[in-house]
Amino acid sequence: MNPIDGVLELRDVRRTHGAGEAAVHALRGVSLTVRAGELVAVMGPSGSGKSTLLALAGGLDRPTGGEVVVEGEALVGLSARELARLRRRRIGYVFQDLNLLGSLTAVENVALPLELDGAGVRAARQLALAALREVDLEDLADRFPDQMSGGQQQRVAIARALVGERRLVLADEPTGALDSQTGEAVLHLLRRRVDAGAAGVLVTHEARHAGWADRVVFLRDGVMVDSTAPLIGVDHLLSGSSR
Amino acid sequence: MSIRHGLLALLERGQMYGYQLRAAFEESTGSTWPLNIGQVYTTLARLERDGLVRPLPENESGQRPYEITDAGRADLALWFATPISRADRPRDELSIKLALALTTPGVDVRSVVQTQRTATMRALQEFTRLKYTSDKPEDLPWRLVLDAMIFQTEAEVRWLDHCETSLVRHRPAPIRAVDHPEAVDRAGDEARR
Repeated sequence: MNPIDGVLELRDVRRTHGAGEAAVHALRGVSLTVRAGELVAVMGPSGSGKSTLLALAGGLDRPTGGEVVVEGEALVGLSARELARLRRRRIGYVFQDLNLLGSLTAVENVALPLELDGAGVRAARQLALAALREVDLEDLADRFPDQMSGGQQQRVAIARALVGERRLVLADEPTGALDSQTGEAVLHLLRRRVDAGAAGVLVTHEARHAGWADRVVFLRDGVMVDSTAPLIGVDHLLSGSSR
Repeated sequence: MSIRHGLLALLERGQMYGYQLRAAFEESTGSTWPLNIGQVYTTLARLERDGLVRPLPENESGQRPYEITDAGRADLALWFATPISRADRPRDELSIKLALALTTPGVDVRSVVQTQRTATMRALQEFTRLKYTSDKPEDLPWRLVLDAMIFQTEAEVRWLDHCETSLVRHRPAPIRAVDHPEAVDRAGDEARR
């Protein structure tokens, strides 16, 4: 596998909590490759292992078996410090809880991961403004989160996930409690970033959101039970609807 | 929906001949519903018989345009004002198939559900992709048609999820063979007693 091609690779990944009879098997051997320019949606009922998969993919949790590889780098060999650095530089997260800091403005929130990574204040601000431009929020850059609507805050969170050169975007129910139009705008942004060359994983229980993905995988009880094939075109569906 | 009302709605914009009607119909439904020219002429003939449209003299190219009549306008207005009954829609083969799968020996119902969900999910992906690429203001009628298909496929996925959950909890009753109708009748008699 060309490491530039497969941005994220899960190889027979397992995650067990506890041991012996009390052990809970959150993931029981999942393999998945997400390439640049590909958005993969992960669907499944509560407790199927969706969020565990995302946490492992993003280096927020460590597997009890198997391997997670991000841009050719196996996470298992990394120290805590190296892992934190990789998370800041290469992986963007969009969670349902926005985790925006209320005491920082929109642009400061977006610039924060870059500054933590050692970027100069001015350079970080420039990159953060570019990310806010990407989500059409440049005009509100100096507002605080509580001066923005829920949809605007979510776009700030997305800008923070996309800022800089991140090529892996991980989203867990990113549309949260947003209304249908605003939620769709969020998915539109995610899609656009992936089309521009990032790899994306979208965890959702909403089929309409998973519809934005190139491929949808279904998890049940920690196992991948099925996956949709790549898209080939819609003519057969359209002629089918005339019956 | 009937092709009749589709053609009446188009003729309300102005007079048109067969090929124009077909092109306009497909344009307004984003080619979701391809029509052949034979369907257009058959439908026009029926509309004419019912007094809802009227043929005009042929033009120099030999095409005969049609125009909507007052009765046609009234029929069209009634169509727009009347909700579509669920009973008018085709029977849902999928729900019937699942019901039969549950009561047919040797069928793995969960696999039927999963196979269908994967196929439906893929249709949903394709509709979404089409919508994403149809973002010009003039695409709005087409986007709304796509939205309808997106919401319908989404509903089917949700229903399939629901079926799967119900199957997990389901304890199947023994399937009764109906080889001897009189045996069933007797059982029914006993139950009534």
